[in-house]
Amino acid sequence: MIALSVKDLHVKINESHILHGVTFDVPAHKVTALLGRNGVGKSTTLKGILGLYPGTGSVQLNGQEIIGMPTYKIVQTGVAYVPEDREIFSTLSVRDNLALASRTKNNGKAFETIYDLFPELNSRASQLAGSLSGGQQQMVAIARALLNKNEILLVDEPTKGLAPKLVTEVANALEKTAHETTMLLVEQNLALVRRIADNVVVMDQGRVIFQGSPENLNDPAWVHQMLGVSGGKL
Amino acid sequence: MDTFILILITGVGLGALYFLIASGLSLIYGLMGVLNFAHGSFLTVGAFVGFWVASKMGFETSMPEFILAMIVGGLAAGLFALLIEQLLITRLYDRHIDQALVTVGVSLVVGAVLGGWFGNDLRMFPTPSWFLTAIDVGGAKIPADRAVYIVTAVLLLIANWALLKFTRIGLIIRAGVENRNMVNALGINVRRAFSTVFFLGGFAAGVGGVLVSVYSNGVSPLIAGTYLIYGFIVVVIGGMGSVPGSFLAAMMIGIIRQFANYYATGLGDFVVVILLAVVLLIRPQGLLGKVRA
Repeated sequence: MIALSVKDLHVKINESHILHGVTFDVPAHKVTALLGRNGVGKSTTLKGILGLYPGTGSVQLNGQEIIGMPTYKIVQTGVAYVPEDREIFSTLSVRDNLALASRTKNNGKAFETIYDLFPELNSRASQLAGSLSGGQQQMVAIARALLNKNEILLVDEPTKGLAPKLVTEVANALEKTAHETTMLLVEQNLALVRRIADNVVVMDQGRVIFQGSPENLNDPAWVHQMLGVSGGKL
Repeated sequence: MDTFILILITGVGLGALYFLIASGLSLIYGLMGVLNFAHGSFLTVGAFVGFWVASKMGFETSMPEFILAMIVGGLAAGLFALLIEQLLITRLYDRHIDQALVTVGVSLVVGAVLGGWFGNDLRMFPTPSWFLTAIDVGGAKIPADRAVYIVTAVLLLIANWALLKFTRIGLIIRAGVENRNMVNALGINVRRAFSTVFFLGGFAAGVGGVLVSVYSNGVSPLIAGTYLIYGFIVVVIGGMGSVPGSFLAAMMIGIIRQFANYYATGLGDFVVVILLAVVLLIRPQGLLGKVRA
């Protein structure tokens, strides 16, 4: 079953045509990794799905057309977002960051689940989010997205700029989360992608050039051809 | 010493009036990026509606009647602000030049309509008679109405703080001042928070309009002019989006202006503009403002 279907998505920012008819599907209850070199339009695709950049074409969530809807309504239909630069509210406490994200009252059980996943956030609930380390801020950003019942989670480079130990922590959290939700993951860390992705979508110059199995990532020649790298990171 | 106390307290009273105007301006800019030149017209509408209520009570009002006039004036200004936001501003978000032009237009229209209707002469605002007495503070005779300005501003500061700190809409506003796109991306209609802020900013300006009318010895369509300029100066010095910053800056400017006017005969405005320039050069984000990413 397809959870999210993107067809012929075009996004222009000012005069620049960034996405040129992006088309791919995200199967339900699977992790789909969106890969490609820097600047090919991966983050723009997520923002286009979310309505943060206005686009044309079609974006369907469980068969419902969501393109053209205001961002807050798209999110309310069940699209959660973990942005590339975390974008936590630095002047609010960790507790306030989470409370803001929770759209239902008496959401105690969801908070318990979050604190089980990230115990550190519980002990730092009163701390200003701006004073947290990069890894802790990433935990807040992921936790924020998990507080509500979602149909799909859009996660943009969750391990970017993190120390190796924190990459492992975040990867573990994402792996746990992956069992419970549909995820569209933009990630440069190919080891993480190999570990949790069920499908990969490769983009180049604002278009999708491949959609298929992550097993291809084990083939160095394919990785070099598609992603222009030979190592574990794009 | 008594002269020092007199200037200090009248400065705080003047600062209180500036704060009533600046608090709304600051939140509206901080949250929505709207440079709202119509804010002065909110003040004028509040002043006229408050005057209308107070004049129904006769040439003199009791304190409860004056408070009623202040609240009705504030509500009328808040509703007017909401109307302007819904009719005009919602169509112009992120179009800053258009916003400036439209809000300047609103202020001109309101001034012209009220001027055509009532004339531009000052009309005495009915107040309780004790406003005209003096309170003895450390030997200084302080005009009693200054106490009303100060108490009102402090009450509004506390109400503002409580709203921002303890309510969900306050949480949304605080987060929206920092990053409104992300608030949207959490599934929250941030525009509803915009409307709340417009209403609250209009309310504070309307209450300020009633008090400015008392301070200026009467109500007229022209009373908002200088106060709006000072409101903007307070917002810039205090930091866009910071209500405590506005309070601090308003008090500072009120006090400095009064002292400069007394000791440097009429140089109050000049000193305030110098202060503005210094803050812009040394700390462009204002005293308590955050550097925008």
